[in-house]
Order: sequence, then C-alpha cells, then structure tokens
Amino acid sequence: MWKYIGKRLLQMIPILVVVAILIFTLMYFVPGDPIQILLGDSATPVQIEESRARLGLDQPYIVRLKNFVVDLCHLDFGESYMTGTNVGRELVTRFPNTLILAVFCVAVSLVFGIPIGIHCALKADKLPDRVWLFVTMLCSSMPSFWLALMLVLLFALHLGWFPSNGIGGWKYFVLPIMANSIGSVAGIARQTRSSMLETIRSDFVTTARAKGLSEKAVIIRHALPNALIPIITIAGGHFGFMLGGTTVIESVFSIPGIGNYMLTGINNRDYPVVQGGIIYIAFAFAIMMLITDLVYAFVDPRIKAQYVSGKKK
Amino acid sequence: MMENKKTDKKAGKVKSSKPGSLPYVWSRVRRRPLAMTGLIFILVIFILSFISPLFLKYGWETIDMKVRYQTPSLTHLLGTDELGRDELARILYGAKYTISIGFISTGVSAILGIIIGAVAGYSGGKTDNFIMRCLDVFQAFPGILLAIAISAVLGPGFTKVIIAMGISGMANYARMMRANILSIRSSEYVEAATSINCSTGRIILRHIIPNAISPLIVQMAMGIASAGLQASALSFLGFGVQAPTPEWGSMLSSARSFIRDYPHMCIIPGVFIMLTVLSFNLVGDAIRDALDPKLRD
Repeated sequence: MWKYIGKRLLQMIPILVVVAILIFTLMYFVPGDPIQILLGDSATPVQIEESRARLGLDQPYIVRLKNFVVDLCHLDFGESYMTGTNVGRELVTRFPNTLILAVFCVAVSLVFGIPIGIHCALKADKLPDRVWLFVTMLCSSMPSFWLALMLVLLFALHLGWFPSNGIGGWKYFVLPIMANSIGSVAGIARQTRSSMLETIRSDFVTTARAKGLSEKAVIIRHALPNALIPIITIAGGHFGFMLGGTTVIESVFSIPGIGNYMLTGINNRDYPVVQGGIIYIAFAFAIMMLITDLVYAFVDPRIKAQYVSGKKK
Repeated sequence: MMENKKTDKKAGKVKSSKPGSLPYVWSRVRRRPLAMTGLIFILVIFILSFISPLFLKYGWETIDMKVRYQTPSLTHLLGTDELGRDELARILYGAKYTISIGFISTGVSAILGIIIGAVAGYSGGKTDNFIMRCLDVFQAFPGILLAIAISAVLGPGFTKVIIAMGISGMANYARMMRANILSIRSSEYVEAATSINCSTGRIILRHIIPNAISPLIVQMAMGIASAGLQASALSFLGFGVQAPTPEWGSMLSSARSFIRDYPHMCIIPGVFIMLTVLSFNLVGDAIRDALDPKLRD
C-alpha cells in the first residue's frame, strides 16, 4: 500500500511541473505591464527600466522560464511585484483558510447530502422524493456568489447571527461554507439516491432482509457501503469545484485565502503570486485525488487488493 | 448503426422512431411538464432579450439620476439601479449573454473535445499517451481557474470569454470521445469499413460519431447549465463581459456595495440566473432520461 502511495506521489511531480510551466506561459502572454501598474502613471522611463531589470522582466522567455523552474525546485516562489513580500510565505499563511473552506464544504455536503439521498431512495417516486428532487435541482442552479449575498443579507445584516466578512473564529466560516456547499449537497443527494436505488435491488439486500435484520441495519450496514463508490467519486470531483468556488466565495466574504490572493494577483499582473497560487491549488487537488483513491481502498476490499498487488486500476 | 426499433408494441407510442434520434427524444421530453416549462422559459426570455427594446418604456442604458435605487414599483417593474436605469430592461437585455455564452461555449468545448478525443482514440500509441498527459495537466486544477487565466490572457469581451470557457471545458468531452472511440474501434463494422478502404475521416464521421453521440449529448445538456453558472461567475469576478453591458453576473457585482441599503438590486439578477440555470437543468435532465438506455421501454 505504501508503495502505491509513493508511486502516486512521484507521478504528481511531473504534472505539477508542467502545470507550473503552463501557468508561467499563460502569464507571459497576459497583456498589460506589471511595472506600469506598480509604479503608476508618474514614473519616468528610467525608473521603469530600472524596475524592469530588477524584477528580471527584461529577459527573454526562455531565460525567465529557466529561472522560474530552478527557483521552483528550491520551493522558492519569488517575491510579489506589488508588495515585495515573499510569495511562498504568504501562500503558507493563506493556504489553511482556503483548505478549511474546501474540506469543510465537502464534509458538509456529505453529512447532509447522504442522509437526504437515502431518505429519497427509501421513498422513491412518492411525494417527499419528488419534492426533494426539485429542491436539489433548484439548489444546484443557484449561483454560489448570489447565495452568499443572500445569506449575508439574511443572517448578517438582518439577524446579526454571523459576521459578514473576514476571519477570526468558527463563526466566520459558517456562511461561506453554506454558500459554497449548497450545490454540492444537492449533487451528492442525487447521486446517493440513484446509487442506493440500484443497490437496494441487489440480491444481498434481499438476503439481509430475509435474515430478519431491521430495515435500518439493512440500509446502513449493508446497502450503504456498497453504494458508496460512485458517491466517493462525485465527492472527490466536487472538491475540485469547491477549490474553484472558494475563489469566488473568498472574494465575497473577504477571506484571506489563496483564491483572493490570486485574483488580486491577476488584476495587478503580479505573476509570481498567480503562479504560486495555481501550483498550491493543483497540489491540493492532486493530494485530494490521492485521498479519494485511498478512501476507495478503505471502503472496498477488492480495490485495496488491486493497490497492494500493484495492478493498475 | 443501431437497428431501427419499431416500437409498436404499445398503442399510442410513437411508432418507428429510433431510440436516440431526435423525434424520440422530443416525444420523451414533451411528456415532462417541468422540462417543458423550463424550455419555454428559456425561449421566451431569449426572444424577449432581443425584442424588448422595441416595446419597453425605458431603455437598458438610459441613465436618470432622479430615480436611482428605486424598489420595484408600477413604473419600474423591477426597480432601478444605482444610475437610475430600469432593472427590468437591463435584466431582459442581459439575458442573451448568459444563455448564449452557456450554449456556445458548451458547443465549443464539445467540438474541441470531440476532435482531440477522436485523434487520441484513433491514433493510439504515443500520440494518445501524449494527449492524455496534456489533458491530465488541464484537469489538474479547477476549471474555473483555467477559464480565469485564459480570460486574463485574451482580455474581456463576449467572444473571448466563450473561447476561454470553451478551452477550459474541453477535457471532459475529449476523454469521453476517446473512450467511445476505443470501444467502438474494434467493432466489426468498423473493421468492415476499413477493409473496403474507407478513409479514416469518413469512418469517424459516418460510423463512430453517431454511435458515440448519445452520452455526448447528455453531457452537453448538463454542461450548458454549469456553463451558464460559470459565465455569470466570471463576469461577477470582473472577467468576461464587462460593465456597462448588463450581464447578470456583473450586475450582481456592482450591486454588492449597495446590499445594505438597496437589497433588491442584489436579489433580482441572481433570481434570474437561478431560474435560467434551473431551466437548463430541467431540460438537460429530461434529455438525459430520454437517452438513458436503462429507461428505454
């Protein structure tokens, strides 16, 4: 098993490097001059040239790419053009906020989505099921940034229960997590419902019922674990959406996370910031995919056997 | 090609329509009232978007500082915004952006994906491997971030955001097309076609694509909804369609500063985004159920 994990970690490295090169190239082609934005309109041409040389922006593409990759191998993400602060350190400070948001959103979506899905599967095609199906569809159609604004309107401005922006304690994360996860809750609920409907028709469920087990035991101990595989797949994919969604949510709630940092970076043409941010996010994404695959192994012994014996999935 | 199934077992069913063909899908979708409501909503709002300037009292860009920030009333049915422009006119005018960006960018993603997937699946070997690694890199981080990055390179604007979203969404379609091609490639009729010296392009066009098309259509139908959401998210963040064009996402973005005092400006564009995406979802769901082989009777 550890060999499998090690292999996966090694496979991540070339992908991350190529992602870094891709983002570097994209940033190279972004129109607009960071020096201009940095120094403003009153800068003299001499100052512009000096700054350009200092930041290494006058070098050709290949030289800059080489410097970038070499620095990356030392885990040096450079300094921000705007503030001069070390990008790596800034990313490390901001990363937990983004990670907490994304992870808790997935957790919330599983905690709420799976029970709703099971409930719908048990009452398939009756009224509660149809109502829930429509509600989940409605929730998947809501733009998360609009829902965020509505939640702020209701819970922060009207009721005053939760703060409307910033960080500082668990209360600050409630509204952002709610806004970001609603679509995911709906998706997981639907997937659980269809997964459970398929599993409930299996032979082993009939056997379990014939043995005289209570319905609750049949569902939770027999049907659900077998239905989990597609749900885990979806949840893993949702983590990616969450990471993307945090960019928007951080913007609405002014949370100092990587998404916000990158947005400011793009607007200021602050390339090291954008490059560092994307690499962090790609890294988090890759780790999450690995964790998803490991959860498969935990849930399904057949897959665990595949990993251990070294067979490709 | 799949055999024609004459479904005249049950009286009243549409006879002689191939499952998976357009009349069949249409007859299945027509039977679902929610999906039809959604379809009608999209069509109505899209048409209104173009003809509304002809009959509405206020233009979408007419600035009137005396009537700023008004809540919905009899004169301004949805109120006014921070520059006194009529919200209803702006909402209707801006509908075309969300809807068309959703459609066209999904189409672009699908076409790019189909081409790349077909090339990968049909070539096999090193080309296939290389393309798959490239797709891995594209899918190594969330799609919206890639769309933002490409959008930053291309600049703001309607066509540019379509290109950006089209490129960032093509990986899924490419993988699906490649999987379809790999499984169909070894079929007998493809072997037969090759043996009579059909060109590769003809084989792909006439044999492979029609059989691979059903899951692709389903994916596209569901993809239009998320493309619509992503389009408004992009303009909310400031990429894509810019002010003063009344795209719903950018309307939300400018309404943010007034949320405390004039919340109606924040509520209304979002409701419309939700209703439109909901309609896309309802129709897409119905199409998926119509094309799902397990539900065929």
